[in-house]
Amino acid sequence: MTSDFVIAVLATAIVAGTPLLYAALGEIMAERSGILNLGVEGMMLVGAVSGFIVAVATGDPWLGVVTAMCAGGAMACIHAFLTVTMKANQVVSGLALTLFGTGLSAFLGKPYIGIPLKEPLRAVHLPVLADIPVVGPIFFQHDALVLLSFLLAPALWFYIYRTRAGLNLRAVGENPAAADSLGVNVFRSRYGYVILGGMLAGIGGAYLSLVYVPAWMENMVAGRGWIAVALVIFATWNPLNAMLGAYIFGGVDALGFRLQALDVAVSPYFLKMLPYLFTVGVLILVTRKNTLNRIGAPGALGEPYDREER
Amino acid sequence: MRRAVFPWRLEKSLIPSPVMSILVPVCSVLLALLVGAAFLALAGRDPWFLYGEMFSGVFGSRYGLTETVVKAIPLVIAGLGVGLAFRMRLWNIGGEGQLFMGACAATWVALTFPEQPAWVLLPGMFVVAAVGGGLWGLLPAIPRAYLGVNEIITTLMLNYVAILWVDYLVYGPWRDPAGFGFPLTARFSSGAILPTLGESRIHAGLLVGFALALLLYLVLYRTRWGYEIRVVGDSPGAARYAGISIERNILLVMLVSGAICGLAGMVEVSGLAHRLQPGFSPGYGYTAIIIAWLARLNPLSIILVAFLFGALQVGGYVVQTSGVSATTVAMLQGLILFFVLAGEAFLKYRLRRVRDAGAGVARA
Repeated sequence: MTSDFVIAVLATAIVAGTPLLYAALGEIMAERSGILNLGVEGMMLVGAVSGFIVAVATGDPWLGVVTAMCAGGAMACIHAFLTVTMKANQVVSGLALTLFGTGLSAFLGKPYIGIPLKEPLRAVHLPVLADIPVVGPIFFQHDALVLLSFLLAPALWFYIYRTRAGLNLRAVGENPAAADSLGVNVFRSRYGYVILGGMLAGIGGAYLSLVYVPAWMENMVAGRGWIAVALVIFATWNPLNAMLGAYIFGGVDALGFRLQALDVAVSPYFLKMLPYLFTVGVLILVTRKNTLNRIGAPGALGEPYDREER
Repeated sequence: MRRAVFPWRLEKSLIPSPVMSILVPVCSVLLALLVGAAFLALAGRDPWFLYGEMFSGVFGSRYGLTETVVKAIPLVIAGLGVGLAFRMRLWNIGGEGQLFMGACAATWVALTFPEQPAWVLLPGMFVVAAVGGGLWGLLPAIPRAYLGVNEIITTLMLNYVAILWVDYLVYGPWRDPAGFGFPLTARFSSGAILPTLGESRIHAGLLVGFALALLLYLVLYRTRWGYEIRVVGDSPGAARYAGISIERNILLVMLVSGAICGLAGMVEVSGLAHRLQPGFSPGYGYTAIIIAWLARLNPLSIILVAFLFGALQVGGYVVQTSGVSATTVAMLQGLILFFVLAGEAFLKYRLRRVRDAGAGVARA
């Protein structure tokens, strides 16, 4: 293996990991507020299709990204209404959101199958950074969404752990009754973070249809939304860990892809299984480690908050 | 001075009223169709025309009706499978993968012993499919039971693996040499094919579904094990205190749940396709999740709901000819589930008229 090959795989890992990173960051914010949203896959699909449609119609990929963000947020609104206001079962509501998103995206995207995207997001050439040997080609020769995610993950980390609002967010997720008694509006903040989560998942989906592929195919997210949910556990609800995790998972994805191109004597079906099997394996290891270190999910994750039952 | 502005009051009720528990699902389906119509209209489609097509396609012909039953068969069985796990609050989202593994195991029997008569082959396929699906369900149950690994994600990931495994087989070692290069296995011998009802495509899998529903109903409500499952589901703490082994029940329930989903795969290949081919299930394992929830996990209601969703599935194929993706049906399914979830709040409360006492207080 030449160093060029390694650099190419690592650069692809960053690109393949970016949609996972956006979705996982969004899910971290939602889960930190105590709401489990299993609709990530559906929100990504709707983000992917709506972003693609708008980008094709207007010729402006950035309008596509913004649309995908709004679409993901709107999808998350449904989940927030059902789980926060109606106090419905979060697991079932999230599954319903995924199903709904799968159907809606297939319906909306049907006329767009096979249509090329004339204007995908192009790589941004950062002066100085992009020219550093090895590091440059791996990290800094990508499009703006990748570069934005480099800033977003540390920013969210700072927000959660170093700001007043982040402290409130953690309180809402750990002990909503206590947060409520201190004057934090539990309902409003849960709505806000679930919708933020949906917006980020929407961007993740749009990244697939506008940059990674770039095209619309039915069910093109192919389980990445679920991998993002697993990533949140892997990251122990920490945005910086999510960054590392997303690139590892992206690397597994990219490696399978690259090995296929190299004509390795393994059936491509087995190579395609890699990310899914890897997710199961990592989840088992990480859950064990988290249990030993007593790192757990936010205390009230999955529990509806009812003021009457305080 | 306070006055009673509204003479009705919402209050919590522990037992859902029987009227509401029928009204909520029915209204949910109607509202979902209404909102679905809005989506179709927004996308420039004529929703009433499409619904009309769906309706006449399903109920307007003998073929539509029998096809509804045909589509309902795997849904009944898989719905029972995942519903059993849900009863214990085990989120088995892996019904689809277990169904694929069951079909795969049954196909192995059918292709390996083609000369055997039906009375050997069919029971053999039945048992092996249950084992295949059951083991695929047990796989994520082990880390769930002993390490607390989230079963939602692991069961779901294994769906993708199972589907790719079947792809590998039908594109590779099991591909029919006489199949003109299509990704199909050879056709099953006559001994490996479930009998059908007359000339129709309705096969004996229907009886399997009915029998399983009755059996599961009896197990859940008339046996000690069923009682244990329900206690663990409602209150794991109480179950542990009562000496019920939660770990053992997780393994057992996932094994049985996976086995039942495996049978859904077996009847599908043996009764309908008569061979293994990729994409033989349009997501039955996922639809089964909604069916089980809509039926409030009652095995007998699952049959009813599965028939409704079978009709919906057939409707989806009908409107495909009008250029609408068949997956659009998933949108309607998701919508139905949204409304059911919202409606469940109404089951938890009851509307009661505030009588004289309240009015007296208001006047004072």
